[in-house]
Amino acid sequence: MSFTHDDVQRIIQLLDASHFDELHLEADGIKLDLRRNSGASTAVSDASPASAMPSMRPVSSATSVSAPQPANSAKTAAPSSDADENRASSSGQAALLEIKAPMLGTFYRAPKPGADPFIAEGSKVEPETVVGIIEVMKLMNSVPANITGEVVEVVAQDGELVEYDQVLFRVRP
Amino acid sequence: MAITMVDRIQTPPITRVLVANRGEIAVRIIRSLKRLGVETVLVVSSADRDSLGARMADKVVCVGPGRATESYLKIDTLVHAAQATGAQAIHPGYGFLSERAEFARACEENDVIFIGPTAEQIEQVGNKLEARRIAGEANVPVTPGGPVETLDEALAVADDIGYPVLIKAVGGGGGRGLKRADTRESLIQQFDMASAEALSAFGDGRVYVECFVTQGRHVEVQVLGDGKDVLHLGDRDCSVQRRYQKLIEEAPAPHLSDALRDGLHEAAVRFARHIGYRGAGTIEFLVDVPREQFYFLEMNARIQVEHPVTEEVTGVDLIEAQYRIAQGEPLPWAQNDIQVQGHAIECRINAEDCDHDFRPSPGRVTQAHFPSHDGLRIDTHIEAGAMIPPFYDSMVAKVIAVGQNREQARLRLRMALDDLVLEGVKTNITLHKAILETPEFTQGGVDTGFLGRYLAEKPSLQNEARREQT
Repeated sequence: MSFTHDDVQRIIQLLDASHFDELHLEADGIKLDLRRNSGASTAVSDASPASAMPSMRPVSSATSVSAPQPANSAKTAAPSSDADENRASSSGQAALLEIKAPMLGTFYRAPKPGADPFIAEGSKVEPETVVGIIEVMKLMNSVPANITGEVVEVVAQDGELVEYDQVLFRVRP
Repeated sequence: MAITMVDRIQTPPITRVLVANRGEIAVRIIRSLKRLGVETVLVVSSADRDSLGARMADKVVCVGPGRATESYLKIDTLVHAAQATGAQAIHPGYGFLSERAEFARACEENDVIFIGPTAEQIEQVGNKLEARRIAGEANVPVTPGGPVETLDEALAVADDIGYPVLIKAVGGGGGRGLKRADTRESLIQQFDMASAEALSAFGDGRVYVECFVTQGRHVEVQVLGDGKDVLHLGDRDCSVQRRYQKLIEEAPAPHLSDALRDGLHEAAVRFARHIGYRGAGTIEFLVDVPREQFYFLEMNARIQVEHPVTEEVTGVDLIEAQYRIAQGEPLPWAQNDIQVQGHAIECRINAEDCDHDFRPSPGRVTQAHFPSHDGLRIDTHIEAGAMIPPFYDSMVAKVIAVGQNREQARLRLRMALDDLVLEGVKTNITLHKAILETPEFTQGGVDTGFLGRYLAEKPSLQNEARREQT
């Protein structure tokens, strides 16, 4: 393999900055086809009149859900760390679901220090099952599973700062 | 001729700063802090994970989804993020939580340094009546008028100061709850409506009536205070506005008499000194051109969008100054050390559609090229491929030109806009070019009504752009 991850990133940036829409490259037995995703920007600007706003105002929840998706889809060619993570969960462990942090805060696996964790590998969870606690400024927020299945991997550590949307557990449905 | 504050530094207690903002100002803050050897933690919403600021910061934490109310406006989450990442201080930038006293207070109560004024000072200047009272005490002129509770009181005040008058909400800002009455009848008609609007918009139905200056300029004075002493860094003219939104700013304000300019500077310093102001702030004035008078409008207790024009003519890095003041260093200059040299003009480039009532035009930037001419500064977070999310304001770049005089700055800015490329979204670049070419702007010293009149005469800027291409 003579192409590194960085090389591919650089090529994508070159294409991005150019006025070409497609790039085909063959070298050292490696074939790289890149195509600019023109659909993405259209999708987003179409959404804009509905969410037109003069300042830093919140918009409807419908927009907030749909907007990040074009951002990702336009980057499908770019193997960012996010994409790696998604690939791992979608191909390698195709059937697994993720329980993600609903907010930023300090994550606790047990109701109090020294107590048994809410869930561990092998635990069965249902949507209402409490899987952990996220503390934000001394306020404890319980985190529900929101899905049904069996826990196969504990990803987040006890007492760790977790970001919004960070994977906490992987679950087999 | 950069003036640095390095001499005073001993052991800096603030080694890591959480930047609680996004866009160009996050990039701007990170740049200065990096230069000072301070680590930066940037909070991002999930819509901003791939932003330029996120790549520049030493650490990035995602605090919530795209909507600002669930990310950039969550006080507890931001303070928690600062503590959990070991940041001793938070820089709030402008907008978002920068002028929310609760945020400054939450920082104070949790031993996180808020890079800005005290919570009490934010409250003092945020309340229009309180700010007017302070101005009165500090002998800073305010527009004739005052608070009123009933229609009869409003009529009495208006009869006293003369029409036209403005009805303003005590708790207001940004043009909401603002009504103009040219006659007694119009005041009677609008009084109840203004009060009701103020109540629904700000939860406070109190209003005041003040003299409406028909031909006014918006001139503001940049100040820095360390809690004990205050000095000014000259003035800026921000009269090119559309619906109270500034579009072009410059420093110094053109064609002011020395007496008027000195009067503005001294009044600003008196106001800030009266409250023992700490941090960077701006005192805004309305300058009555025909009468050569000025009135206090309000104080902004934060860094402002247009701060670069002041930096370019004084050589002072205002973000650095904010940082040093926050860690308790005294102001390292006397007023005489601050010299204004040359002239700087800034255009705010917004992703908006000038042909459709300036509605925001978010989306992906397919091409971006910012020229690098002499005397040119670009503050931006945009690069080719960058996403402009629909959740936030539409400003994408500030183009700042500096010259030995105003005309040189204007020509440099005009040339820079010709060479600037931003594709994939609609922008107001064509409008900026057109404004810079008008005889009024070229002459300098336009009033706040200039842009409105200009736009009324030029229904389609699109045609303008087409003509330019042929």
